Amino acid sequence: MEEKANLLDLSQDTGIMSKKELEASPGYPSKEDLEKGPVVVVIECTEEIPCDPCETVCKRGAIVVGEPITNLPRLDPEKCNGCGLCIPICPGLAIFLVDPTYSENKAAISFPHEYLPLPKEGDEVEAVNRKGEIICKGEVVKVRSPKSYDYTPVVTIAVPKKYIHEVRGLKSRGER
Amino acid sequence: MAKESLTCELAVVGGGPAGLAVAIEAAKRGVKVGLFDENQKPGGQLFKQIHKFFGSKEHQAGVRGHDIGYHLLNECQRVGVDTRLNTVVWGIEDNRIGIIDGKASRIVDAKRVIIATGASENPLSFPGWTLPGVMGAGAAQTMMNVDRVLPGTKVLMVGSGNVGLIVAYQLLLAGAEVVAVVEALPQIGGYIVHAAKLRRADVPILTSTSILEARGKEAVEEATVCSLDDNLCPVEGCERTLKVDLVCLAVGLSPLAELCWMAGCKFTYLPELGGFVPLHDENMKTTLPFLYVAGDVAGVEEASSAIEEGKLAGVAVAEELGYLKKDTAEEEKDRIRKRLSSLRLGPFGDMRAQAKLELMRTRG
Repeated sequence: MEEKANLLDLSQDTGIMSKKELEASPGYPSKEDLEKGPVVVVIECTEEIPCDPCETVCKRGAIVVGEPITNLPRLDPEKCNGCGLCIPICPGLAIFLVDPTYSENKAAISFPHEYLPLPKEGDEVEAVNRKGEIICKGEVVKVRSPKSYDYTPVVTIAVPKKYIHEVRGLKSRGER
Repeated sequence: MAKESLTCELAVVGGGPAGLAVAIEAAKRGVKVGLFDENQKPGGQLFKQIHKFFGSKEHQAGVRGHDIGYHLLNECQRVGVDTRLNTVVWGIEDNRIGIIDGKASRIVDAKRVIIATGASENPLSFPGWTLPGVMGAGAAQTMMNVDRVLPGTKVLMVGSGNVGLIVAYQLLLAGAEVVAVVEALPQIGGYIVHAAKLRRADVPILTSTSILEARGKEAVEEATVCSLDDNLCPVEGCERTLKVDLVCLAVGLSPLAELCWMAGCKFTYLPELGGFVPLHDENMKTTLPFLYVAGDVAGVEEASSAIEEGKLAGVAVAEELGYLKKDTAEEEKDRIRKRLSSLRLGPFGDMRAQAKLELMRTRG
């Protein structure tokens, strides 16, 4: 921690996709879709790299890459039923699922989480944004890690609704 | 003491993704293949690549590297490749290679030879770079993912290409703390999605920053990093000392082409492909009629491209040796070339695609 504080003034805002970049990418749902729900896939993929497993895995054709393979994935929210199969298959761990209708005040956010120990349902965790900053508490409502996910568990946490645009993970306790 | 010489139709040097792919493609068409690797296990660097691969279904995208490795090994066994491990290839003269097999040296006489020796990590020298605890990012990845030894608990990663970003992430998964990733250039070298994983885990990525020095009594105890100006020179007053016990260097790879130099094939210098690379044609044949190359030795890329290049060379050799009709071979090679080009699309791949074209043009 001490080291990180020490580096703050050197630090630059790199390694984070800006809101502008995300909103301009075809895999990122509109603000309206995201806030309306019920479940919306959020693809945070803004660079043209040759990759299309998200398209292959989606049986409903809700994600289309097409030709050339470097196209950014295009999301059709109408076709997506929120099954979340695209989350663990993405080699970039860049796909999330947001359910703004989870409860009256809370939204559910699902994300890939490969760190150990794996949280358990009911755990209270610290939810983080794209910069790894803790922004609120969250409750773990689901942890899925079937064989087909190939060791990329998908964790769902409930957080206050206002954070649906921010929360993209949880602070790992780490086994050090 | 010299043992009797061996013969095979195709001698493959190196059992990584490229070498395995060559061996499989050639052997399944009937070519008598001998595969030689100095390591105890085949697979090259695939077994430490525990991440899911990019690409398409045909490239096994979404599958972890080590699983692709197991698949290749099974195929090799199925098609009957004569695989010789713990075997160092020490030299090449025309279409003959010298191997050390156990304690004895012997000659392998082959109709065709393919060099698939991969690449090695570039070093970076700075005061303290020889201290224990300074190592290549690939070395750290081998220790952690293959040998199950975590080489440090507080890490400074030097270099933000995909190797640096991926290994930093895997160090986090293994329980280490990555104190920072530093990058001398003003922008991150690798994919933003890899960088984003690190940022979500609160790992700072400092661009225009590099390492000045590592210090410690018997091993690394701390390292000094510093901001760099536009000419990549350290900016006075911007030095910061970090308590770390592991400094990983992820500053690029160079083709391991010693055997190609020894054989006498022509080279060119292409920084986009890692430096000096042997010239090859669209069938992966060098400027020598019996010698082929595939994978990182033919220009540093990644494992999926190495596999495709290996397949291409395997089919070309099978055709040359009369195991495949020209039409069938051409169709197959076209399919492989299409898959290969698709891996070289986009802003990251385009530079490599252009460099490969130039390399083939230079060969003529």
